Amino acid sequence: MAEAKRFVYADNAATTAVSPSVLRAMEPFYTTNYGNPSSLYSVGQKAKKALEEARRETAACLNAEPNEIFFTSGGSEADNWAIKGAAHLLAKKGKRHIVTTKFEHHAVLHACAALEKEGFEVTYLEVHRNGIVRPEEVEAAIREDTALVTVMYANNEIGTIQPIAEIGEICRRRGVWFHTDAVQAAGNVPIDVKAQNIDMLSISAHKFHGPKGVGLLYCKTGIALPNLIDGGAQERGRRAGTENVAGIVGLSAALREACAAMEERGERLAKMRDRLIGEALKIERSRLNGDAARRLPGNVSLCFEGIEGESLLLMLDFKGVCASSGSACTSGSLDPSHVLLAIGLPHEVAHGSLRLSFSDENTEEDVDYILSVLPGIVERLRAMSPLWETIQRNNIQYEIRDF
Amino acid sequence: MAYSEKVMEHFANPRNVGELPDANGIGEVGNPKCGDIMRMYIKVEDNVIKDVSFKTFGCGAAIATSSMATELVKGKTIDEALQLTNRAVMEALDGLPPVKVHCSVLAEQAIKAAVSDYYRRLGVDPTPIVGELHDCEEKACACGH
Repeated sequence: MAEAKRFVYADNAATTAVSPSVLRAMEPFYTTNYGNPSSLYSVGQKAKKALEEARRETAACLNAEPNEIFFTSGGSEADNWAIKGAAHLLAKKGKRHIVTTKFEHHAVLHACAALEKEGFEVTYLEVHRNGIVRPEEVEAAIREDTALVTVMYANNEIGTIQPIAEIGEICRRRGVWFHTDAVQAAGNVPIDVKAQNIDMLSISAHKFHGPKGVGLLYCKTGIALPNLIDGGAQERGRRAGTENVAGIVGLSAALREACAAMEERGERLAKMRDRLIGEALKIERSRLNGDAARRLPGNVSLCFEGIEGESLLLMLDFKGVCASSGSACTSGSLDPSHVLLAIGLPHEVAHGSLRLSFSDENTEEDVDYILSVLPGIVERLRAMSPLWETIQRNNIQYEIRDF
Repeated sequence: MAYSEKVMEHFANPRNVGELPDANGIGEVGNPKCGDIMRMYIKVEDNVIKDVSFKTFGCGAAIATSSMATELVKGKTIDEALQLTNRAVMEALDGLPPVKVHCSVLAEQAIKAAVSDYYRRLGVDPTPIVGELHDCEEKACACGH
C-alpha cells in the first residue's frame, strides 16, 4: 500500500492528544510531588494544594464554587453518579420520573435504562430533524413526579448544541433538577452553571487535550447526592479513594487552556468546518447531519448515499485520515447509531455516515487534504456498490422522517 | 475488532470487482437496511465458472469476503463452487472478527444465488441442486429486516 501523504487526526470528538503544557503540568505529580494528598508531610501537602487549586480553577471555568466540584474517573462516571444518585435521592419523595432525549450518550441512556428496570419512568424526547431539543417539549414532559431532566449540552456525533439556558430556566421554575452531559461542550463553548441554571454537569478531560481517565461532576450546593464510593474522606466523603492528582492537575490545566482561547479557536475551527461542509456537500447525494449553525465549531457530520461508513473510514485511514462513523459496522451492532436514527435518517442513509472532528491542532491544510482524498474515495466505493447503482437507476429519494 | 492482513489486503485491492457484461448468472443477497448487499456475476461454460465478478455495498469485511469468494470459485465446476462454505472463505482470509462472520455467510450465499440464477435461465429449478437460500442467517443477523 502506498504511504499516505499526510497524517490528519480528525477524530477529536473521540479523544484528543494531551497538550505538551498539560503534560508538563502533570509530570511533577508522578515524579517529585507524588505524595498522597491525605498525608501531613510536605510532599503530601503539595499534592493537596495542587488538588484544591485544580478544584478552584475548574470551578472558575464553569462559574461554579470549588466545593461544588467532584473529581471522577471521567464523563461516564459523572453521568451515572448524577442520574442514578438524583433518582435514588428523589425516589424517597415519590419522584420516580426522568426526562431525557433520544440521542444522549450511552452513559446517560444506559443509566436511564437501568433505572427503568428499578421501576423509574423515563420520557425520551424527540430531537427532530435538526438534532435540537425543543424547550417547550421539555416543559410539557415535566410532571408532578419528575425528579430530573438530563439533556446533553452538545451531541457527540452530530455536534448540535442544545438550548441549555432555556431548559435550565424551565427546570428551575418548575422545581426540577437539571443535569447536562457537557463532555463534548466543555472547552468548546461557554458554560456558566449559574446563568444557565444548571444543577449538575459532567465533564471529561481527554476531550480537550487533557488526560484520559479523569473528569468531574459539578453538583450544585444543596444537592446531596448519595456517596458513589464509600471509604475515606476524599471528595468530601462522597467518592472515596486516593485522588488521581496528576490527572486532576491535567484536567484543570487543559480546561483553563481550552477556555482561555475558546473564542479565537472557535472562530478558526468554525471557518474550517464550514468550508469542509460546503465543499463536501458538492458530492452528489450527500447531506449534513444536524443543524448547520447551532453546532460545535469542530464538528462535521455527513452522510453519503450508496456507501457504507466503515469502508469509508478504512479508505480514509489508508490516506492517513482518522475519522469515525455511526454505521452499524463500526458500532459493533447491526443498527446504525441511535443519534442518526433519532434525527430521522433511514437505516440505508445512516450506514453511510462520516464524522470529522477538529481541535486546536488541525489546520486549513488538513481541510485541503481531506477534500483532496474524500471525493475519490466516495466515488471508488460507489463504483463497486450495487446499492448506488440501484439508487441512480431508480432515482431513489430517501424520506427523512420528521418526528 | 481488528482485521487480518489478508482481509485488509483484499479490501484495499479487491479482485474481480465490477460487472461482468456476458454473465449468464447473477445473484444478489443482503439488504440495504442491514448495511450490506452483495451481487455476484458468473459466466458459466461447460459447467465451469469461467469468469466471476462482484459488486458489494458494505463494510471492509463484506468487500474482502466478496473478493475472496470470487477467487475461490473462479475456474471451478459448479459442483465445486456449491461446496464453498463461509468457513472456507473465512479461513482463506485468516479469520474474521466474530461480528463480521455474517459477511462470509453472505459471500457463500451470493455465489449460490448466482448459480441459482444460472439454472433458472436454463429453465431448471435450482432448489433441488442449490438448496434454499437464506441471506440473513439467524444467528449472524438479528436485524429482523
